[in-house]
Amino acid sequence: MPFTIDGEPWYGRVGDSLLSAILAARSDLGPLAPDGRLRAGFCLIGLCQDCWVRLADGRRVRACTTELEAGMAVLLASDEAAW
Amino acid sequence: MKGAPIVVVVGAGPAGVAAARRLAEAGLRPIVLDSGPEPGGRIWRNTGSGAQGLPRLPGHDPERGRHERARFVEWRERIAFYPETTVIDVTRGRLWALASSGEVDSTPWDRLIVATGALDRVVPVPGWTLPGVVTLGGAQTALKTRGCAVGRRIAFFGTGPLLYLAAAQHLAAGVEVAVVGDTSRLRDAVAAAPDLLADPARLRLGLRCLRMLRRAGVPVLRGVRGARIEGRKTVEAIVLERRRAFWRFSCDAVATGFGLVPQTQILDLLDVPFTLEETSGLWLPLLDRAGRTSIPGVYAAGDGARPLGAEAAAMAGERAALALLEDEGSRIDAGRVAQLETTLARHERFARALARAFPHPRVLEAEIADETVVCRCENVTAGDLRRAVRELDARDVSEAKAFTRCGMGRCQGRLCGLSAARILAAIRNVRLAEAGRLRSQAPVLPMPVAARRVPAEDAA
Amino acid sequence: MSGRLATEVAIVGGGLVGCSAALHFAHRKVPCVLLEAGRCGSQASGVNFGGVRRQGRALAELPLAERARRMWSRMDRLVGHDCEFRPTGHLRLARDEREMAELERWAKEAARFGIAVELSGAAALRARWPWLGAGLAGGSFCPDDGQANPRLACPLFRRAAAAAGAEIREGERVHAIERGPRGFVLGTEKGLEIEARVLVNAAGAWGSAIAALLGDELPSEAIAPNMAVSEPLPFRIEPGLGTAGPGVYLRQLPSGSVIFGGGRGVVDLARMRCRPLLESTLATLAQVCAIVPELARALVIRSWAGIEGKTPDDLPVIGASAKVRDLWHAFGFSGHGFMLAPAVGAVIVELVLDGHSPTSLKGLEPVRFAEPVPAPG
Repeated sequence: MPFTIDGEPWYGRVGDSLLSAILAARSDLGPLAPDGRLRAGFCLIGLCQDCWVRLADGRRVRACTTELEAGMAVLLASDEAAW
Repeated sequence: MKGAPIVVVVGAGPAGVAAARRLAEAGLRPIVLDSGPEPGGRIWRNTGSGAQGLPRLPGHDPERGRHERARFVEWRERIAFYPETTVIDVTRGRLWALASSGEVDSTPWDRLIVATGALDRVVPVPGWTLPGVVTLGGAQTALKTRGCAVGRRIAFFGTGPLLYLAAAQHLAAGVEVAVVGDTSRLRDAVAAAPDLLADPARLRLGLRCLRMLRRAGVPVLRGVRGARIEGRKTVEAIVLERRRAFWRFSCDAVATGFGLVPQTQILDLLDVPFTLEETSGLWLPLLDRAGRTSIPGVYAAGDGARPLGAEAAAMAGERAALALLEDEGSRIDAGRVAQLETTLARHERFARALARAFPHPRVLEAEIADETVVCRCENVTAGDLRRAVRELDARDVSEAKAFTRCGMGRCQGRLCGLSAARILAAIRNVRLAEAGRLRSQAPVLPMPVAARRVPAEDAA
Repeated sequence: MSGRLATEVAIVGGGLVGCSAALHFAHRKVPCVLLEAGRCGSQASGVNFGGVRRQGRALAELPLAERARRMWSRMDRLVGHDCEFRPTGHLRLARDEREMAELERWAKEAARFGIAVELSGAAALRARWPWLGAGLAGGSFCPDDGQANPRLACPLFRRAAAAAGAEIREGERVHAIERGPRGFVLGTEKGLEIEARVLVNAAGAWGSAIAALLGDELPSEAIAPNMAVSEPLPFRIEPGLGTAGPGVYLRQLPSGSVIFGGGRGVVDLARMRCRPLLESTLATLAQVCAIVPELARALVIRSWAGIEGKTPDDLPVIGASAKVRDLWHAFGFSGHGFMLAPAVGAVIVELVLDGHSPTSLKGLEPVRFAEPVPAPG
């Protein structure tokens, strides 16, 4: 299933969560907090809130409880201009 | 004239599903809310197509999950099931839930069964916030429902039956297990062995996992007294300390957990009284044997109330539903009640034996190094907490939270609250109960600023 | 705790006002005992928004606010620790022409008190603060206002007061007060008796009830301002923000979290408990989205409320009781007392010990509620 990370194309498997798809491509989700510490999810069951990511369509989603959809465009690079 | 009561079940895991089915049988048409896409909870959730190529894993029975979900679907006509609906706040008589659309709706309730499940308990060690460190339950979920491991060579660190089960499952799935490091000692398990016979099937499963690990040549270290996870950007190794010797295992992921913490936020928002269970250090809601809280109309069941496992959760859910029906004035099957209570008592005996076999490693928390991060959301260290005690006289975890921001982040203290209390109690030299507990505050889970109230339509 | 204590001054209420009064009495070496029903700062004093602003206040509060503002700049020296005070400026926003007229009116009047603000129209406003939403009519920026951390301030005042010699008794709820031969005798629920020549009523939402124990009738109701906070976000909102009319206020902490306030929670006065109301939080967030649209994507992670006393004219009751000698009131701050509180404590001490204060309380004194009211009909 095709999706992009910061514009770069990747393929995930049908049945992947957004988190498992991203972590198959790279080892972290980029910085979550403004202090720049890297995150990659921790509890993986929707409770620790460590894996929130931005999508290009403006949505913010918790990657571990979000099913990967074809064409999802994930933005992981820290973007000081956007909240 | 009073119509049928509005009965709400929060959580559609084993406890919630069993409760809902029993209520539906009695014709009550319960409202069931769950944050997941399907009923079944984490244990019985649909294993996605990614997991289809998996070999058989010990202690994992996808057929059982399919069966339970199918049984729930049979009742769908008589249960108002709302998937992907997260309860974010509750008062006596009303609750609010957030849908994945970002809309917030509310419903009045007359009776409420809270079956919200549990989260792995973690103990902070140096490096635990590195990418590649996950909870045992998280590693298991990734494997069972997504068919993907969190690493190629995983170290398992913690204590409890899940430590061995998760490690053995990964082994069976063809993942390399670098080490199993357990903070409990063999003699703890030996002392608890007679009582572990209360559930021979689970005891057998545990021994089978241990055998699998041994046969595969996985180092199993017991009596671990300290740990450190190393790596620059992600996990590269774990160092375990035992008998003043340090053992280093290279790995690309660590799965960690020390038993389970019930997710009691909804009960706490309702002001249900809690009590500290001294041996585990867990704050548990006060319940009668049937699952009634002291708040009229509020019941709790499953791992969200007492972490006893999925089988017990289903029984506790049914027992709570029967209590609810009884409180509504219905006649209930006394034989079934007795049967459930007897079995639940056996599960509780087994859980107490497990707590003795795998005691919580208090020392690890009390002696945690100043530099170690305790609150991963707000980056608060053990040293920050100790400074708040020494310099600002923080008397309990609530004051420490106010002074240091420990527990103020996205997870709302779910991961750090218990450790913070232990650190505080140790430095103040007081009993754990005096360090208090972090109180829950709405929303139970994060809510977008753009969340919108849907117009209320229940103003009857 | 049972027993009997004799002291010069008894203070009822361990909010910021009571703790500041205790600290200032202690600095003057006057024996005082502070009685707090729960823990110091557990209500509105400790969990309020944290605004340190003069802008938008009633003119009667401005002398106190001016004095308090000077104190905030050197609070670390007063209490021995940083209260995280930051002079970030305060931006008051007009959503329509009527609110803009209010900003202009206030700017003109505040100038008489030496407070200068910068008024901007819609275009200038967004040029200077580009993250503001379209549709605002204008704003007024008061550069010397700021923000501080209430979760630190109240405990720090308590600690400093205790260190200076004041006796702080937490968990002591006053339920009886009588006049005795040497002043007042206060009784707590746990059986403690305090004898004091002077009584300071800093009991916040319970202030009217404390006054009533001595037959002094002062009107106030209990409210619980409703607040919520976001996850940490890149820091961008430098000034504190508030709307000119009733609405919302928000500020961003250096750690990145944005705090939102607006609407009210639910109060249970007898149990000393309150809780935020999700409906209030949602109504506030809807307004926040209009003021700072990009915040819409952020996550709200916690909400809270704290109990506070509100008077009919939204002004605090500060000064000598009109009915009972040696009784001093300082409560009813109506949701905007945090900034004033350190100065209120100082002024009360001056009035009690010196008989006068350089800071005017005109318009705030209890006597305004003691005037004869014509009987209905």
